[in-house]
Amino acid sequence: MTDLLLDIRNLQVATRLGAPILRGIDLSLHRGEVMGLIGESGAGKSTLGLAAMGYVQEGCRINGGAVHFDGQDLLALPEKQRRLFRGARIAYVAQSAAASFNPAWRLIDQFTEAPRLHGHARRAESEADAHDLYGRMGLPDPADFGLRFPHQVSGGQLQRAMTAMAMACRPDLIVFDEPTTALDVTTQIEVLAAIRSVVRDLNSAALYITHDLAVVAQMADRIKVLRHGEEVEEAPTGRLISAPQKEYTRSLWAVRNLTRPARPKPAETNHPALRLKGVTASYGRKMAVLRDVSIDFAAGRTIAVVGESGSGKSTTARAITGLLKPLSGDIELRGRALPAALRDRTKAELRSIQMIYQMADTALNPRQTLREIIGRPAAFYGGLRGAALDARVRELLAAIELEPGQFIDRRPGELSGGQKQRVGIARALAADPEFIICDEVTSALDQLVAEGILKLLMRLQEQTGVTYMFITHDLSTVRAIADSVVVMQKGAVVDQGSRDHIFQQSTHPYTRRLLDSVPETDTDWLTRTLAQRGRG
Amino acid sequence: MRFWHPMPWTARFGAVVIGLYALLAIFAPWIAPYGEAEILGGAFELWGGDHLLGTDNLGRDLLSRLIWGARNTIGIALATTLLSFALGAILGMAAAANTGLIDQVLSRLVDVLMAVPSLLLTLLALSVFGPGVLNLILIIALLDSTRVYRLARATTMNVIVLDYVEAARLRGEGMVSILWREVLPNISAPLIAEFGLRFCFVFLTISALSFLGLGLPPPTADWGAMVKENAALITFGDITPLLPALAIALLTVAVNFVVDHLLHLASGLKE
Repeated sequence: MTDLLLDIRNLQVATRLGAPILRGIDLSLHRGEVMGLIGESGAGKSTLGLAAMGYVQEGCRINGGAVHFDGQDLLALPEKQRRLFRGARIAYVAQSAAASFNPAWRLIDQFTEAPRLHGHARRAESEADAHDLYGRMGLPDPADFGLRFPHQVSGGQLQRAMTAMAMACRPDLIVFDEPTTALDVTTQIEVLAAIRSVVRDLNSAALYITHDLAVVAQMADRIKVLRHGEEVEEAPTGRLISAPQKEYTRSLWAVRNLTRPARPKPAETNHPALRLKGVTASYGRKMAVLRDVSIDFAAGRTIAVVGESGSGKSTTARAITGLLKPLSGDIELRGRALPAALRDRTKAELRSIQMIYQMADTALNPRQTLREIIGRPAAFYGGLRGAALDARVRELLAAIELEPGQFIDRRPGELSGGQKQRVGIARALAADPEFIICDEVTSALDQLVAEGILKLLMRLQEQTGVTYMFITHDLSTVRAIADSVVVMQKGAVVDQGSRDHIFQQSTHPYTRRLLDSVPETDTDWLTRTLAQRGRG
Repeated sequence: MRFWHPMPWTARFGAVVIGLYALLAIFAPWIAPYGEAEILGGAFELWGGDHLLGTDNLGRDLLSRLIWGARNTIGIALATTLLSFALGAILGMAAAANTGLIDQVLSRLVDVLMAVPSLLLTLLALSVFGPGVLNLILIIALLDSTRVYRLARATTMNVIVLDYVEAARLRGEGMVSILWREVLPNISAPLIAEFGLRFCFVFLTISALSFLGLGLPPPTADWGAMVKENAALITFGDITPLLPALAIALLTVAVNFVVDHLLHLASGLKE
């Protein structure tokens, strides 16, 4: 037995059609060491993580290189023997725990499956072990937790249960593939803490894949930066953060520090672009999902609405658009009352409020060309036809920085994620609105792409004077573009004020908790925050 | 052209066969050597001579009747399928868009129609309203539209919850425009596939009804009835009665080949 656990040499993976995914990657990992893999989507992080288990996804193939695990070449072994490693000596924790558990089985049954299959433990032993691991992961009521079905526990708990399951055979190596990406910041911190303590206690080695620098800084001893299937650089965590060598790594850091200068408050005499007064709403006859929500959206400003999932951010947007009729309360557009129901609103009112969606994939009709998608609102509201319409679509494409001649007849399937989101912006702009609701518009995008979208939104606001309601759970985005911030919790507004006030002076406990949960690119952040909470 | 270029041989074959059938159907009066109902000689004459495929039980030219049969059977099947799709797709999409009373009434009505075997219902309806080309088309189209309705409703419901449909609603678009512009293009793939299947089933239903004697009234030539009329020959080891059956089988296969290809195109998959 050597100290070197995983040794990947010149690994090349490509799709069956020949497009390269990994172009010769070297990676070595020692026992008990945690390595972070970061990079934008398509960088090959997940492919590398799976290759460490000697596995490639359907439609891909390994073209060269070697993967030595504890001295044995995984790629040279027959599939049957490779399988003995997986689950037993190498475990995998996927991004979506909800999709990785079988919904028809209790958690404990899924926990004990691998140890029994690999002959590590009998059922009773394995169950006792599960209780121990559930306890270490900070799950409630460890003895009975396993009796629940996957849908009966929260997302953060499920992710921890998944990590516990991965630990069941005490593997030498665990591959974590974006385990906290789908979670709220307040949940993320708990999962990170649990993962870190278990990995340290049991002295496993780990590959930690993420696109979030701040997260990886808390978890990893060393970090490897990947881009387009190639290594950009690798260094111990502290050095990579304090002194990155490559331009690309520095640009990843820079995104996090994007900040819009504070702007003076607009004159009080003007009507706000939109005003919510005591809006209360519910779905069906159930409990209220919005309780007495009052927000002023100052004209020409960006108002960020933040909170955990289920806090009522998106429901507020639905009330504004008229999709959900409030039970009580008023909505005013530039000082005039806005009818509550969508069908009672005039064309001019509909035109003034536009929306940009989180998932650009489902927000654009895959069967229409950009000419139709962007041209429709211009034709529908503005009555443009023929050459005038064509000119308007080209103007909008130019405004979102897509070359009109090249893009006008493409369909959404021929665009990248960031380009699709730009088209979503152009469609909203085509209506010439006063108020745009941005619903988590950057959360599905990579940091660099998201930065481009944020800069575009800010530039367009300066040009057109449009007001943004910016729904997000990502506070670094808020810092980047918001003028003021509204904090929501359980359907009610709990705190609001200017951005600087909220970030620096707010004393509301929930706001503070939310702010403290945002990871910082500082290797001690997690330890420090946990220690503070322990005291408080 | 996109339809032809990467076309697999199966689809090319299907397209050629359908083209030939269409030519026969359209130009039957000029292609067929004799009239549809002309009695020219003795019953069951052998192949060759004046009558390439012999004569039928009444002494009519079999080749001519096969060609006229294409015109009758295909024309009616096509009209029926188009009608059932127009009816089923429009109602199905409307029901999905207005979940509520309209959906409840239409869907339960469809449930009732689908609960009874359709051949039985067809026979019943035909015996009430009397056989005839128009009645045949209307009855089969109505019964077939139930399946189209269900498909259109289910696929529309999947699409109508997507964000781009919501964006169109927020824009203030009318429901007809939303269904036409946003929904229909996205449910066309399963509808096209269903069209191919339904066309074949309608074809077989008409042939089956003709075989039972409730199809097109004599002396109109149609392939189902022709099998029945000449069935006696089978006992003498003569394959003549199988020819109209073969014509049905060939067209069914050809249509499915082409539909597979259309489906591939409509699904937007590259290769």
